[in-house]
Amino acid sequence: MAKATVNTSAEDRLILTNKNRRWDEVRGRSLVTICAIIMIAATISVTVFLAQKGLQSFTVNNINPIAYLTSTNWNPVGSGEASYGIFPFIFGSLAVTFLSALVAAPLGIGAAIFMSEISPRFGKKVLQPVIELLVGIPSVVYGFIGLVVLVPLVRDNLPGIGFSLFAGVVVLTVMILPTVTTIATDAMRSLPDSLRQGSMALGATRWQTIRKVLIPAALPSLLTAIVLGMARAFGEALAVQMVIGNSRDIPETIFDTSATLTTIVTLNIGHTTYGSIENNTLWSMGLILLVISFLFIFIVRYLSGRRKV
Amino acid sequence: MNSRITDRIATGIFYTIAAIMVALLLYLFYFILSNGVPQISWDFLTSPSSAYQAGGGIRDQLFNSFYILFITMIITVPLGVCGGVYMAEYAKPGKITNFIRTCIEMLASLPSIVVGLFGLLIFVNITGWGYTIIGGALALTIFNIPVMVRVTEDAINSVPKELKEASLALGITRWHTIKTVLLPYAFPGILTGAILASGRVFGEAAALLYTAGLSTPTLDYGNWNPLAENSPLNIFRPAETLAVHIWAVNTQGLIPDIREVANGAAAVLVIAVLVFNILARWLGSVIHKKLTASK
Amino acid sequence: MNYTADRPTETETEETILKKAASHKEIVLDVKDLSIFYGSKEAVKRANMGIEKNAVTALIGPSGCGKSTFIRSINRMNDLIPSSRAEGEIIYDGLNILRKDINVVALRAEIGMVFQKPNPFPKSIYNNITHALKYNGQKDKQALDQIVEESLRKAALWDEVKDRLHQSALSLSGGQQQRLCIARTLAMEPQILLLDEPASALDPVSNAKIEELILQLKEDYSIVIVTHNMSQASRVSDKTAFFFNGDIVEYDDTKKIFTNPSETKTEEYISGRFG
Repeated sequence: MAKATVNTSAEDRLILTNKNRRWDEVRGRSLVTICAIIMIAATISVTVFLAQKGLQSFTVNNINPIAYLTSTNWNPVGSGEASYGIFPFIFGSLAVTFLSALVAAPLGIGAAIFMSEISPRFGKKVLQPVIELLVGIPSVVYGFIGLVVLVPLVRDNLPGIGFSLFAGVVVLTVMILPTVTTIATDAMRSLPDSLRQGSMALGATRWQTIRKVLIPAALPSLLTAIVLGMARAFGEALAVQMVIGNSRDIPETIFDTSATLTTIVTLNIGHTTYGSIENNTLWSMGLILLVISFLFIFIVRYLSGRRKV
Repeated sequence: MNSRITDRIATGIFYTIAAIMVALLLYLFYFILSNGVPQISWDFLTSPSSAYQAGGGIRDQLFNSFYILFITMIITVPLGVCGGVYMAEYAKPGKITNFIRTCIEMLASLPSIVVGLFGLLIFVNITGWGYTIIGGALALTIFNIPVMVRVTEDAINSVPKELKEASLALGITRWHTIKTVLLPYAFPGILTGAILASGRVFGEAAALLYTAGLSTPTLDYGNWNPLAENSPLNIFRPAETLAVHIWAVNTQGLIPDIREVANGAAAVLVIAVLVFNILARWLGSVIHKKLTASK
Repeated sequence: MNYTADRPTETETEETILKKAASHKEIVLDVKDLSIFYGSKEAVKRANMGIEKNAVTALIGPSGCGKSTFIRSINRMNDLIPSSRAEGEIIYDGLNILRKDINVVALRAEIGMVFQKPNPFPKSIYNNITHALKYNGQKDKQALDQIVEESLRKAALWDEVKDRLHQSALSLSGGQQQRLCIARTLAMEPQILLLDEPASALDPVSNAKIEELILQLKEDYSIVIVTHNMSQASRVSDKTAFFFNGDIVEYDDTKKIFTNPSETKTEEYISGRFG
């Protein structure tokens, strides 16, 4: 402490040496730095291990990657020559992702506008907790309700057997709706009030203000909300798997059964022998899921870069 | 007035959307609880599940869910809090920090089935453990860490700058300031975040299917030796959780009373998540009041 | 101002100040060509200033003139701002404290700082003072009790809080909180006390108490105070530096600055023509 001034020189007291260094600081800093390094290591090892494993079907089993991605014939264990074409599943994944985003985007952004522009009080008191609870419902529960309510409903009233691309889209729409709404609400709320007042002062109605001023101003953030919703839809496995029917062909109509990358992986990874060709092709699907989820991150980053301008 | 009519219509549509969302939640909760709660009985909660016959309970699944959650949080909370402290207090703006941020975002956005695949590869196959509780917990840790990091970072950043300066200006190191000033103040925020994250972990299934597995050995709840095969505390045993159980009975469908068991399990799951939510809010506000109270 | 009641004491101390200023002019902090940058913005421009021992030095000037940046560089609080950078030297006890290898933790224990907004920890009054002491190894209960009492007395707070030392510091009034912050800094026995607008967030009565306290404390400490309040500067300080746009326009005896400044800019500011 400072009392020592009388005895020791400033150099001894104030120059950092091992004697007067605070070792708790060194230890603490090291501890948290190690945790940061663990996060980096986790990300890298997820990428490296899944990439290494996912590429085995091409490097070890000599499957042609182009044929793998574009062939519509998925017949890993059937009679005749085995064939590994995953295009139907890629198609299924893209179809459920885009269709559910198509429905959830207007609903979610609408709910966001309701909360920020139309009725902030009701929005905060009722809609906000409602959305938080919807986020909290586990995906198997969504899948289960889809299975016991939605599938019979579709079977009885619409073409097909109930299990369908359509049912998958409905379940995913409900699941990503709260995600889209939450992020879109943040985006709308962060708009400066001057925008609203300026537009209203010019005599614009509320709807004109929303459509011509607020939505364009918040557009990059609203797109971020949609992309994050799509990322969630794309990666969801169990809920979709329970209602989509999991067939190996490209659906002809939306009421046909279908499958996605996630549902095929979920169903088969436990049943196939580790190291077999079929098993390896499933790991390749896992790698595709990983790559596309990274792609979503880069899209979000690009959008948030635009937001700053 | 044309624009006035459009404005009215638009407002009407927004009200409809809001009503749809509220109705959706009410319907989901009504459905889950009205079908599920009648199934919940003491017997249902305390008897083991049955593989082929009707009348099985969810005792082991319920225990497994809480146990995996517990192990996951034991690993995640220290790692996540330290990571958050690093990001809030030690990370200097620059390329490395940016890279860590990208890593956190990537981990956060991994689909849970991909996390499950990674867990299967590392904690099941490469380590040779097979399906284990610890493998499941480590997989869950991977996508839970980013949540805890973010929660901690936000909570620390919300501590008034003046308090931090006060401590540093007294000749106290940054680390001691973190321990004695920042973390206590940020505690309610971190706790709330951790409980909300627990709700998410509790309901997770896809990452656990192929890490903790789809089965549970016969357990002897009197055996507390964590190394014993039949001890519920053994972390190197397979463990089917409640969420996984709901998926498994519906997909594999070997028992005759699928609907009853699934209804009951879904209700228990949703109630648990609901309790986590309410608990988080309540505890957070109580502790906050206690910390900032003037007496 | 309700300060008139204290007038006699003030003149009295003013005389002693002048006597002292004449008798010894030991420099405790020697600032040489100090420039401080935030990114590419130069907030303090090649400042030179000798801060005297056991005197009160006031830094005045309009907002954004660099006076807060200046005072925060003395105990290296500016290190907390990642984009900040300092050039030049601040010599303290024969050592340039801007050197990279300075132990800033030890430095801050010797050069204490009190901030504009009272910032007690959300702990008891007692623990606010012992917080840093315990960290520095003082574990003895009796010694701690004694230091708590001494520093509270020095900060003229003891009589008001002695019966409720274990209540939350947040239950104190703003002025009491600020004096607690001073007490907690004094408990570290610093050589220099830096006060960054310590009274600007307080009511006039508390303000007057803080000023009284500053005059008492300079017997034992060297004090640097940033203030917006010019009459405060003239009442409490021995030397005054006028900052404008990052430059020290004028640095002289307070009496001279307020009665007969050399620079027209200083005169304009003091007479309230801008700022």
